[in-house]
Amino acid sequence: MDFDLSDDQRLLADSVTRLLADRYGFEARKGFLRQPQGWSADMWAQYAELGLLGVPFAEEHGGFGGGPVEVMLVMQELGRALALEPYLATVVLGGAAIRLAGNAAQQGAILPAIAEGRRKLAFAHGEREARYDLADVQTTARRGSGGWVLDGAKSVVLHGDSADTLVVSARIGGERDDPDGIGLFLVDADRDGCARRGYALRDGSRAAEVSLTGVAVADADVLGEPGQAFPVIARVVEAGIAAMGAEAVGAMEAMQSLTLEYARTREQFGKPIGTNQVVQHRLSEMLMALEQGRSMAMLATISVEEPDPAERARSVSMAKVGYGQAARFVSQQAIQLHGGIGMTEEYAVGHYFRRAMVIEHTFGDTAYHLGRLAAQVA
Amino acid sequence: MDLRFTPEERAFRDEVRAFIRDHLPPDTRERMRLGYGPRKQDVVGWQRILNQRGWAALSWPKEWGGPGWTAVQRMIFIEENQAAPAPELLSFNITMLGPVLVQFGTEEQKRRFLPRAANLDDWWCQGFSEPGAGSDLAALKTAAKRVGDHYIVNGSKIWTSSAHNADWCFVLVRTNPNAAKRQEGISFLLVDMKTPGITVRPIISIDGEHHLNEVFFDDVKVPVEMRVHEENRGWDVAKFLLGNERTGIARLGKSRERVAAAKEAARAVRCNGRPLIEDPAFRQRVAQMEVDMKALQITQYRVVSAGARKSDGRPDPLSSVLKVKGTELLQSTTELAMDAAGPLAMPIWAQELAEMANEPDMLAEAAEQATGSYLFLRAASIYGGTNEIQKNILSKAVLRL
Repeated sequence: MDFDLSDDQRLLADSVTRLLADRYGFEARKGFLRQPQGWSADMWAQYAELGLLGVPFAEEHGGFGGGPVEVMLVMQELGRALALEPYLATVVLGGAAIRLAGNAAQQGAILPAIAEGRRKLAFAHGEREARYDLADVQTTARRGSGGWVLDGAKSVVLHGDSADTLVVSARIGGERDDPDGIGLFLVDADRDGCARRGYALRDGSRAAEVSLTGVAVADADVLGEPGQAFPVIARVVEAGIAAMGAEAVGAMEAMQSLTLEYARTREQFGKPIGTNQVVQHRLSEMLMALEQGRSMAMLATISVEEPDPAERARSVSMAKVGYGQAARFVSQQAIQLHGGIGMTEEYAVGHYFRRAMVIEHTFGDTAYHLGRLAAQVA
Repeated sequence: MDLRFTPEERAFRDEVRAFIRDHLPPDTRERMRLGYGPRKQDVVGWQRILNQRGWAALSWPKEWGGPGWTAVQRMIFIEENQAAPAPELLSFNITMLGPVLVQFGTEEQKRRFLPRAANLDDWWCQGFSEPGAGSDLAALKTAAKRVGDHYIVNGSKIWTSSAHNADWCFVLVRTNPNAAKRQEGISFLLVDMKTPGITVRPIISIDGEHHLNEVFFDDVKVPVEMRVHEENRGWDVAKFLLGNERTGIARLGKSRERVAAAKEAARAVRCNGRPLIEDPAFRQRVAQMEVDMKALQITQYRVVSAGARKSDGRPDPLSSVLKVKGTELLQSTTELAMDAAGPLAMPIWAQELAEMANEPDMLAEAAEQATGSYLFLRAASIYGGTNEIQKNILSKAVLRL
């Protein structure tokens, strides 16, 4: 058992903390939200300069050579700042797909481009009718001349509107819901037949609906073994769940500290509201939820590299339930203790609340993961 | 003891249900069914239809347009109207101002304002909370200084729901800053929102909508005859207003409507290869809420029946039970409806959807509204006396701790 960070890990965390503390205040973030793409290209360049965009990639690919723990450290700080950039979509999800399933040529072309901030990816897997079921893929891929032809539609593709390249899942065989028969394809977003419509999610982050109509994909752009992509998809999603757990922890820490400060300074009935025992206990309950949530986010982080797929899936589901419930409780109570001001667009706590809501509904909500665990109770 | 409605009450419920079914304008009904909040014209239109039928001024005496219903009938009406779902009667007019004027108003104030309030010819708003006076309302600072036959009002009010729609505002102001007790220097004024010196600043809430406002008063002249009750006795009026007619406070009809919306979504979406509505965990969650709704409904009947028998006019402390349990239940029903929507709960995309497709995407629109309700109704445990304050009331008034 070892919860200590190495010197390199501490340096990484410190550098992210400093950058975001300097450049990503709540007011600055409002400006980033107003940019047409919904995030800051300037900050993206800063992340690239600091090496953050290559954190989980090997040094030969221009990366930092880090693993899930390093990603956790970065995501925790991005969560605290409510960062809007496509880090999860590009580095964590897109990066994992390329790392896990890409051949040498694909990795050599794409990973350094991500690390240098030249290329953004999106993981175009979810579909309108699939809800959270990872094997429910109705988009099809059929053989065409010199490659494959994709038809279908992808839904709520995180940062799909600003991605250069989409990692698209499509069915080449088998029935709907069949884990076998799914392939992953690299599709440049400007390909003929690929149409995107972007929109904001509740927390201001961006997503897109993607439609694919006879999109031609060369054999060289098939990721991994066609028809055998399901285990890769599961691992990409697990990496995303782990990263979002760290982000949720950063957001919960920020909510806890905003609420604590408010309880100390807001006076009603002639004294700070934090002198009321009910408020003290509520803040204590928030702290307990935060610490339990942090433990579960750590579990997800460590589980990302667990070799046994069943054990990995189980731990990640437990973590998603645990930190999802913690984030829901902490964010609801943060608003309650703030009262009216917590309900407003102009105050930070409501933005954290909405980020927590979006994290909980990404890659399976609490009920979904609890259901997966319940099915395995022996 | 009998927990069932009497045959007369059942007949009344059927009459209300049929009237709503036959008279609610179809476009209002469709918006509400999708979970959208009613627009101003929906609220005004529906209240006028009800007023025409004599059903708007719920708890007012018959001479001022009230329907002459029992407390149980009022409760039945409110539930049926919420569950339809139809726009609710404007509470500022019907449950707040109306009874206050009936109790404390001059004949002139009653004649001038009551019929217009019932018919929603005037839209009222409530100027109580201030930046420094939320739970501690008596800390309010907005000052009204008497100059001749006017008050000159200066200060600001916050969280003023629908001030941007309002023609008039009832405002608590401080007329005696030197009173021995803070509560003894407060007066209750009726203020025309068109008076020079009033500025309304929108406050956008976390659902992205404009419900709330901050209202600034800068040397606003209010005629003395717009004061309700005696000078410096406004706290009595406020206490009466806040304690009056809490029948609708549990918002049970709204909870029912959210559960129905969740079930409808759950029939349309798939989870683990079958409709979500067949998922045992989802069904248990719905069942739990149905149990909670039943308990709340019976508690509400008890409070309403006790209130009907009481003659002292003081609110039942059990109405705090209704507020706390009702808003907790309401908030969990909004969570259920949001969660049923799955990933579709996240986007804000009504506009994009409308541009993308010829057919409206009902599931996606309902999902967006489900999340909007979840976000905005976090306020339900804050407004109308926070749930923490309600528990203080129970500790003191019921438990005498």
